[in-house]
Amino acid sequence: MNKVIITVVGKDTVGIIARVCTYLADNKINILDISQTIVSGYFNMMMITDMENATVKFTKVVEDLDVLGDEIGVKIKAQKEEIFKSMHRL
Amino acid sequence: MLNMFEVIETNDMIDKDLLDVRTITIGIGLLDCIDTDLNKLCKNIYDKITSTAKDLVRVGDEISKDFGVPIVNKRISVTPIALVGGSACKTKEDFVQIAKTLDKAAKDLGVNFLGGYSAIVSKGITAADRLLIESIPQAMNETDFICSSVNLGSTKTGLNMDAVRLMGKIVKDTAIMTADRDSIGCAKLVVFCNAPDDNPFMAGAFHGVTEADAIINVGVSGPGVVRAALKRAEGENFEVLCETIKKTAFKITRVGQLVAREASKRLGIPFGIIDLSLAPTPSVGDSVAEILEEIGLERVGAPGTTAALALLNDQVKKGGVMASSYVGGLSGAFIPVSEDQGMIDAVNAGALTLEKLEAMTCVCSVGLDMIAIPGDTSEETIAGIIADEAAIGMINQKTTAVRLIPVIGKGEGEVVEFGGLLGYAPIMPVNGFSCEKFVNRGGRIPAPIHSFKN
Repeated sequence: MNKVIITVVGKDTVGIIARVCTYLADNKINILDISQTIVSGYFNMMMITDMENATVKFTKVVEDLDVLGDEIGVKIKAQKEEIFKSMHRL
Repeated sequence: MLNMFEVIETNDMIDKDLLDVRTITIGIGLLDCIDTDLNKLCKNIYDKITSTAKDLVRVGDEISKDFGVPIVNKRISVTPIALVGGSACKTKEDFVQIAKTLDKAAKDLGVNFLGGYSAIVSKGITAADRLLIESIPQAMNETDFICSSVNLGSTKTGLNMDAVRLMGKIVKDTAIMTADRDSIGCAKLVVFCNAPDDNPFMAGAFHGVTEADAIINVGVSGPGVVRAALKRAEGENFEVLCETIKKTAFKITRVGQLVAREASKRLGIPFGIIDLSLAPTPSVGDSVAEILEEIGLERVGAPGTTAALALLNDQVKKGGVMASSYVGGLSGAFIPVSEDQGMIDAVNAGALTLEKLEAMTCVCSVGLDMIAIPGDTSEETIAGIIADEAAIGMINQKTTAVRLIPVIGKGEGEVVEFGGLLGYAPIMPVNGFSCEKFVNRGGRIPAPIHSFKN
């Protein structure tokens, strides 16, 4: 397992999840869990993904998702899971 | 499994509250570079630094990208150069040549500061120590990235008042030599009592002789995160206040611990310590002063400031030690004036004076830091201020530091601009009565009674 957390924050619009999922599928990144909520028109999504069999490097994913986010008009971040586990788990 | 609120909390800390890892600092021992031939020594130093730290900047950037957390600075600290250069340097200029070598190594590696142009003279000054100290003004003038520090006292040894007097002159001379750039040389020069061997923060970082050959020390920051957390605890009692600071400090330090572990693994250099200091920057919201105001002060400097800072410093340490087994360096809250917008505002509003800052240094992790004073302040008065601050450190068994900038050609009320992380500062008035006879006595102030624990 090589867990990477992908977060998407921004104004809600049609097809955000579809676009992100398509990118992940194209690059063999497996989605383990998705949670999503909309707070006062703002879209918040978190995906837990596994990059074990990914066909691209992590740094490329970070850059690609950044570009994709700009296209859709949202902010997409990909971060390795450890930062969250370090902060929130003993 | 992680939940969304935890992930959002972490990312809000980074995006909104300016959480960052302030520095990854590699400490490099240079004792094995020693040679009696100056050119050989400089070559050894250059080769050792550039080979040990060759991947520092790249690895720092990679870790930053992996975890989505900014790592602002990549830095190097080295063995105090007075020890390294002793057998090769016969003149001040010889030491300056080492400073230039270090500067070149720092520039070639792409790091932004290199600390350790230092002398440890807490009890006595060797001939090499004296040469190095006397070379500081020229070294600060002729290099860009070199930071210098002098430790002139400790709880165990007392205060070396000859060194205190000498440093009064050196600070002033450095100001004069860099007068064309608003005396910026003094921003890279700090005087210590009880200096730690493993501090990753500049200008006072050096790689102590108690350390291994190379070591990774990480400084974490995040005053904005603490302030944001306290905003949510508005009006609560001290128990809730302290608990909030402690928990936040824990979370911040865990990020530093993760970065330190990764950096250690990827660079193949052992992990030393985490320094969990709240280090402000001139950016709005990245301020220790604003935390103190959030705790309940109208302005920093108001009555209650010392108590508020004491509890802040203590809770930061308590949260931090739970998060990492190896906490060291300075660890606590920094209160530089020029690097903290809230401090600058407090000075401009007439709320914060040099004397109040001195009181605050009794309970925070450092000392009088980045304070601009009138350019005509005498070297004896500067020595007196250093003596006061060092005495606080010696008696209270804590680190204290002095980084004063006598801005040549400028006086009280004027503003000096250093740029970048160093910020800008209003020039603060200094007590005009003389301490000349006191600082010119010569000799040492003996170690305090409570240092005799054997």
